Amino acid sequence: MFELLGIPPQALFGQVLLGLINGSFYAILSLGLAVIFGLLNIINFAHGAQYMMGAFVAWMALNYLGLNYWFALVLAPIVVGAVGVVIERLLLKRISHLDHLYGLLLTFGLALIIQGLFRNQYGSSGLPYGIPPQLAGGQNLGFMFLPNYRAWVIVASLAVCLATWFLIEKTRLGAYLRAATENPTLTQAFGINVPLLVTLTYGFGVALAAFAGVLAAPVYSVNPNMGGDLIIVVFAVVVIGGMGSIMGAIVTGFALGLVEGLTKVFYPEASSTVIFVIMVLVLLVKPAGLFGRPA
Amino acid sequence: MKLRTFLATGALAALLASPAFAQQISVKAGVLNDRSGIYADLAGEGSVIAARMAVEDFKAAEKGIKVEIVSADHQNKPDVGSTIARQWYDQDGVDLILDVPTSSVALAVSQITKEKNKININSGAGASDLTGKACNANTIHWTYDTYALAQGTGGAMVKAGGDTWFFLTADYAFGHALERDATEIIKKAGGKVLGSVKTPFPGTDFSSFLLQAQASKAKVIGLANAGSDTTNAIKQAGEFGIVAGGQKLAGLLVFVSDVHALGLQAAQGLVLTESFYWDRDDQTRAWSQRFAKLNNGKMPTMVQAGVYAGFLHYLKAVEATKSKDTATVMAKMKEMPTDDPLFGKGSIRPNGRKMHDMYLYEVKKPSESKGEWDLYKQIAVLPAEQAFQPLAETGCPLVK
Amino acid sequence: MTDLATSEAPAGAALAETDDGTARLHRAILIGIAAALVVAPFVAYPVFVMKVLCFALFALAFNLLLGYGGLLSFGHAAYFGMASYVCAYTAKNWGLTPELAILLGTAVAAGLGTVFGALAIRRQGIYFAMITLALAQMVFFFSLQTPRFTGGEDGIQAVPRGKLLGLLDLTDDRALYWLVAAIFMAGLLAIYRIIHSPFGQICKAIRDNEPRAISLGYRANQYKLMVFVLSAALAGLAGATKAIVFQLASLTDVYWTMSGEVVLMTLVGGLGTVFGPIVGAIVMVTMQNYLATLGAWVTVIQGVIFVACVLLFREGIVGVIAKAIKKPL
Repeated sequence: MFELLGIPPQALFGQVLLGLINGSFYAILSLGLAVIFGLLNIINFAHGAQYMMGAFVAWMALNYLGLNYWFALVLAPIVVGAVGVVIERLLLKRISHLDHLYGLLLTFGLALIIQGLFRNQYGSSGLPYGIPPQLAGGQNLGFMFLPNYRAWVIVASLAVCLATWFLIEKTRLGAYLRAATENPTLTQAFGINVPLLVTLTYGFGVALAAFAGVLAAPVYSVNPNMGGDLIIVVFAVVVIGGMGSIMGAIVTGFALGLVEGLTKVFYPEASSTVIFVIMVLVLLVKPAGLFGRPA
Repeated sequence: MKLRTFLATGALAALLASPAFAQQISVKAGVLNDRSGIYADLAGEGSVIAARMAVEDFKAAEKGIKVEIVSADHQNKPDVGSTIARQWYDQDGVDLILDVPTSSVALAVSQITKEKNKININSGAGASDLTGKACNANTIHWTYDTYALAQGTGGAMVKAGGDTWFFLTADYAFGHALERDATEIIKKAGGKVLGSVKTPFPGTDFSSFLLQAQASKAKVIGLANAGSDTTNAIKQAGEFGIVAGGQKLAGLLVFVSDVHALGLQAAQGLVLTESFYWDRDDQTRAWSQRFAKLNNGKMPTMVQAGVYAGFLHYLKAVEATKSKDTATVMAKMKEMPTDDPLFGKGSIRPNGRKMHDMYLYEVKKPSESKGEWDLYKQIAVLPAEQAFQPLAETGCPLVK
Repeated sequence: MTDLATSEAPAGAALAETDDGTARLHRAILIGIAAALVVAPFVAYPVFVMKVLCFALFALAFNLLLGYGGLLSFGHAAYFGMASYVCAYTAKNWGLTPELAILLGTAVAAGLGTVFGALAIRRQGIYFAMITLALAQMVFFFSLQTPRFTGGEDGIQAVPRGKLLGLLDLTDDRALYWLVAAIFMAGLLAIYRIIHSPFGQICKAIRDNEPRAISLGYRANQYKLMVFVLSAALAGLAGATKAIVFQLASLTDVYWTMSGEVVLMTLVGGLGTVFGPIVGAIVMVTMQNYLATLGAWVTVIQGVIFVACVLLFREGIVGVIAKAIKKPL
């Protein structure tokens, strides 16, 4: 048996797989962020807060309505997405013509409000949420023990990512969307309701964040700060992938999860910084990100 | 005119001489802690409630001591905390500051307290430096410190057969301190540390680190981290079947609020050390139930209990000395044995360390629990002298 | 950030043709600020005022880069925090006098700014912002990994305030106040001077239309780097001063939220205005301090203020005033 830098290869397989699983959270979140940025030109700083809301809606559905995880998986994106639609209609719409700095400030303010309200109501230490019984337990893969829930996370997120990609790149609706991103005025002139498209896109991006939140609820601590620091990392993923590139966000999300996973083995202390190192390198070599088109 | 002045002076003098007036001391206490961030549940508003209860139970008003309590949120930022502390001491006439979780803020506030010659009774922070290298004559460290936690959990686990360890350590000073102190006691007790991994703080996914811990085959996985890091690690350890696989989890810095947040399903079997648990005896139960009524049904943490007990002891010292002069009160507090319903009888060492027993708890299985807050069963008591660092080893310049 | 620059140009661009009235108004404001500095410690709590001044200088430095260089840095905490560490460390462990420690901190920030600036200015807009953020995160990582130097999350505590030039004892808040006020005023005047110098005019030209400035024969990158370094150095000056005021340096100063805070201060006060960042800093620090007693509602109230700011007065407080009196401020 050979060893790589003192790590047996079986263990390494395990870590690679775990990295990919964490990457699936990055992929869904950065996908939502990329979709929103693409059309609205807004860096949605409330993305982390909306992710947190997804997890909380799952908890509320279980504790107030008695609805289990599977209902929450559908319900939370709809509820949080609806909140997103309201936010877009009431607030973001008014600043759509402005520089994205203002969008950032506004959504940052929103994130503070949302997190503050949840903290006042539910406290800061979090709430318990268990793994759905259908997915409890795990498989022994020989090189590692893979919990069934983790396997489900990777499947679910791949499915959602690919469906989104298909929707945007291969359908008529997606074509409108891309057209509106490219030239909203012209698209409007062709009789397409661009404002509605914008609203729905924001709602959709937010719904993706909520979906990730529900996926996270059984394995991560459900607390009001859970999305707080995430936004910076996820935004870095979007930038590395190339702003506005859907495939870029997905692939980079998984890839960076992988890199982070390997860093956790060889230099664990640096595992939260490695993404930024990569970002600097990528931007210096490929200014528009890995999958972005140079402006 | 002259007559009137004379009369007024006389009246005043008479008032001053009367016993009621002589005892009229007014005390202003500031509760400074995190009210909006990660420590808001274990300190926060609950600590203010605890301070108010101390005033109530002491019957301050009847004893002629007027007490006012102010509070503020230091947002875990040392500059915010130190501005507030300075302003309280310099401008608002605050006599003592209570609580102060987050070691960076705690150390700063302790330093300012010394400079302004006031009193600081810390309950929320874990830094053993507060009564070690950075100790001063104006600071009392009440509830716990990283040394005592490591001592409690580390020592007891080895005794129970958990003699090989692997640490998941938050890559922060408190994490390193917990690991270092625990390692020492484990080795002393004849155990062995097989390895450790430093995890970025705060972190979300610990599965990768847990697998490394699992691969080490250590009997005990020590969690030298705090807050959501600990809850995340415990949750994921359950997911990966680590506890089911026979390895034990030992939380070095876990509060009752964390266990409540995790739920028993995820946290069962976790071993941890605290200096206070609401359900320990009749007195703690009675007090905690009163507290919970005022705190949205949430039971007190040891930090909140420490604020209560610390403030009560201060008020007793003020009553005994009939003064609020810092040196007088501090001397009295250190000389007088402590006695309160929450921590029982104890004392304060010259370096400011409050001495009381620590308790080793195991988190109950869901089937053993009789209610939302029925979380722990006690497995050992650690006498104060064993729990806290020997005075000579603290490196505190006050000792010598 | 080119689109940003054009949308926000009026306030700044008008400065180019500084007419007499504006210059006189500015002079009056500068004198007003100086007067306010003299009065402040007698009406407000000196430590609080010093904190405001440190952050105001930090915001001014940031604004120099964003408002006049058109470069949005999302990593200014690196210079602020690193200078703070260097100053605290040298004052405590090497026993440097406060002015030397502050100067050394500032110099290190300038050095760091030179390296980071040289890397970052090769990209524009959001990519520039992200590079600065990433580099700042590395500084944070460095600070975390070198507890011997930074004290980890406990920070460097109990930094002596020392004696100015070895003579004047600064332990008294009032004495220290005059030093901080002088540093702030010097920083403000320096920035004012830079903005209105030929150098500043060229920077603005590059901000508004880089290709045109290049075609006129200006080496855009050199100017950008210069303004970047100046901004980093001034941010460092603010951070180093803060270390002396609070007698501590900690991880919060290098964390990305600090970079975010300074962006918010500038936006709230008024982007591209000379005096806006000062107002923004006053608002933010006051909120932090005086809302602290409101407990858990602090973050909600802060959030509401940001949202209201964007929706109601987008040009920032000073920007709105400038519009009302039709004079650049």
